[in-house]
Amino acid sequence: MAPKITDADFQEKALKAGRVVLVDFWAEWCQPCKILGPIVEEFAQEYKDKMDIYEMNVDENPETPGQYNILSIPTLIFFKDGNPEKTMVGVHSKEQLKQAADELIG
Amino acid sequence: MENNAEIYDVAIIGSGPSGLTAGIYTSRADLKTILFAGLKWGGQLMLTTEVENFPGFPEGIMGPELMMNMRKQAERYGTKIIDVNFSQGDFSQRPFKLTAEDGETFYSKSIIIATGADTKWLQIPGEEEKIGRGVSSCAPCDAAFYRNKKVAVIGGGDSAMEEAIVLAKFAKEVFLIHRREEFRASEIMLKRAMDNPKIHFIFNTSPIEVLGDGKVEAIRLVTDPKLMIKKAGEEKKEATPESLGGKMIMGAEKFTWDFAVDGMFVAIGHIPNSSVFPDITKNKKGFIDRVHGTSTNIDGVFVAGDVYDHRYMQGVTAAAYGCEAALDAERWLGDQE
Repeated sequence: MAPKITDADFQEKALKAGRVVLVDFWAEWCQPCKILGPIVEEFAQEYKDKMDIYEMNVDENPETPGQYNILSIPTLIFFKDGNPEKTMVGVHSKEQLKQAADELIG
Repeated sequence: MENNAEIYDVAIIGSGPSGLTAGIYTSRADLKTILFAGLKWGGQLMLTTEVENFPGFPEGIMGPELMMNMRKQAERYGTKIIDVNFSQGDFSQRPFKLTAEDGETFYSKSIIIATGADTKWLQIPGEEEKIGRGVSSCAPCDAAFYRNKKVAVIGGGDSAMEEAIVLAKFAKEVFLIHRREEFRASEIMLKRAMDNPKIHFIFNTSPIEVLGDGKVEAIRLVTDPKLMIKKAGEEKKEATPESLGGKMIMGAEKFTWDFAVDGMFVAIGHIPNSSVFPDITKNKKGFIDRVHGTSTNIDGVFVAGDVYDHRYMQGVTAAAYGCEAALDAERWLGDQE
């Protein structure tokens, strides 16, 4: 799994990172999340030098998902300069993640 | 085709109960089998909780676990499963040519289409842009976000009942909104929903718009002919939008009202995933035709499961259709030699 991010360190790690950050919001009971998890992992292997990639368990961290109005998981949010630049709900392919990342990394 | 390209005996498109059962049968028959599982593999049972009516599991089994078992069973006998989406097939050449979404091509002597069916949305204004933001078709996935909230479920079949029951574990109140007063749902599911103190039924009513800015705040409803409600343990009775906390829209042509909810779960049925097969004949709703046995209009192309079946739509029937198609494909391949 990608490194964890929590409500406590979200501000520091995601919003003030100084580069593009991807957060994968998931939970233990969510089956589609278990399909997406390994895809994010593969994506992270290829992109870890270009950006930061984290996973957040929404059961353990209720604040951040509430703040970004997440009502369905898996949800992926790309942050840049503290702003949620792109949100992807549901299972996506590694190609789709790369495309979204490339647009933001520039 | 390129020289030295690998040629499969059977290519299966789809990884629900019908596709995986077909894979178990063809690979056990020693046919070289490839299965396009799709990015979201496993089909509709991946979006359910407990499956109580699949024979062989007296205590029930979780839908995703059942699918995981079927996948392992197909792989055990040699089915090659690839987790990519199918893109298109060229059925005019032999062997058939199949292209995956990532551009890779495959060749196969026969094909079993088992692409299943997906959620049918209401297709009303405000719905599509709020999918994942309060509009959902998967209560087991999303119910936990609706703790102590008020949600609506749209539909009158078994899947609508299941959505409502799952949501009632978390939500404060669940309103099941149905366009008629009769239900397609089975007696057992209907009774479970009707007995649940958190589930309320609203009859003769259909949504026409999802309201809210970036999230679901209310649904605009039309009631025809008169608003009827039912709560657990009570008789069905007449109601007004005001008695439900709704707001009547004055001046509207029909009986129109706004009902404040935090989420809307859609369970009005499914549409077959058949549009990627332009050369295959279908009925007017898009379900693929069987021409003889499980064969489609193209010799060597077979069909199984919910992309064909709009009558039974069960895990066990889908599995059985997959078995039929696999046996037909095996016989057809034998006849070609």
